[in-house]
Amino acid sequence: MNAPRPSAVPILRLGDVLVTGLLNELDDTSALTFTDELTERIVADGARGVLIDVSRLDLIDSFVARTLTELATMARLLGARVIVAGMRPAVAITLVELGLQLKGVETALNAEQGMHALGWQQTARSPRGDAYDALR
Amino acid sequence: MSPREDATRERLHDALRERHEEIADRWVRLQLEQTDAVDLDEGQLRTEAGQLLAALTDGLSGETPVRHLFASHRDLRACVMELSLHRARAGASPTDTSLAVLCLKEALLEAMQYTTRDTAELFAAAVLINRLLDTAGALSFETYVEGREEIIRRQSRQLLEVSTPVVRLWRHVLAVPLIGTLDTARTQVVMESVLQAIQEHEAQVAIIDITGVPAVDTAVAQHLMHTVNAVRLMGADCVISGIRPPIAQTIAQLGIDLSTILTKATLADALAAAVRITDEPMPGADAHLTAAAR
Repeated sequence: MNAPRPSAVPILRLGDVLVTGLLNELDDTSALTFTDELTERIVADGARGVLIDVSRLDLIDSFVARTLTELATMARLLGARVIVAGMRPAVAITLVELGLQLKGVETALNAEQGMHALGWQQTARSPRGDAYDALR
Repeated sequence: MSPREDATRERLHDALRERHEEIADRWVRLQLEQTDAVDLDEGQLRTEAGQLLAALTDGLSGETPVRHLFASHRDLRACVMELSLHRARAGASPTDTSLAVLCLKEALLEAMQYTTRDTAELFAAAVLINRLLDTAGALSFETYVEGREEIIRRQSRQLLEVSTPVVRLWRHVLAVPLIGTLDTARTQVVMESVLQAIQEHEAQVAIIDITGVPAVDTAVAQHLMHTVNAVRLMGADCVISGIRPPIAQTIAQLGIDLSTILTKATLADALAAAVRITDEPMPGADAHLTAAAR
């Protein structure tokens, strides 16, 4: 079995949440590669949640919309929640007008709220690096 | 062009050059006599007349046939359009506006009278001037209408903006009080401004209050559903409030399905619901999970 070619977008693991984002240049093949890699990673890392940031997308066409819906379904079958975060107003309007409502996909206003919804708590204290860097 | 017409045109051109001041003066006075309703600034009229006559003199020295002169000569066209637009904005009636241009005929004819005594020549000159200025009158009328239409368009755009304010009611809660009939164009504006505001204020709930909407039909309901779906795609939730009993009846009778939307009778109820949604520390029991997901 040959390993799938890594897709252009990085998939980061934060605890049991996978964080990734979509870029504008998402064609059919890269979307498929992305789907492959993401599902593999969900299983490999035992992820409980997936955050997909779409704030860089100027447009979501029917293909990308279907990919997102399918990803949500696949992730649910693998036991993970998918949250699509940061959709732009114009993109939302276009999707609604095209009649693509991303049924079954959870949404969040931005990545922060998405992570919050996935159970990530923001710590009250600032990371140690800040003060350390400031003193230097 | 016949040689006779050429000669007449030449004569008109000469008359314009020689009696430029006189014609302009006569025209301004004629305009002032005619339009008593609107206070026109005489200085402005004189400037306009000077510019237009200069352009006309220039146009007549060219080769363009008189019938198309006003429509095709750039300066001349601009002069007439500016004059008409100015009057349209000042609130002059369309009759006044086109008559203002047409009384240049009289001024020109009077000027031509001094150049010759021959009736045939005078008649030819009258025909020429008529041809020349009829197009000017038409152009002026057209511009006037366009100017007015532009004003109307601007006003309806302003009305659209005024009629859809998005207000911040609470932390992470926005409200859009809708007043007046909803149509496609307005819903579009509402949708855009709501989504924009959600992004700006990081709002979690948007309340659409339809207390001021006189009637809800299938189209309006469709628009509302679209807005709610778009808001959900953005990751926020939507509450519709202000559904009055007759509207509830219409919705039920028309069989419009609003079951996926949280609806409340009053804005107060909606605000209470919204605060409850935002107060929840957003646990797994997600407030904004689309209904179809489960």
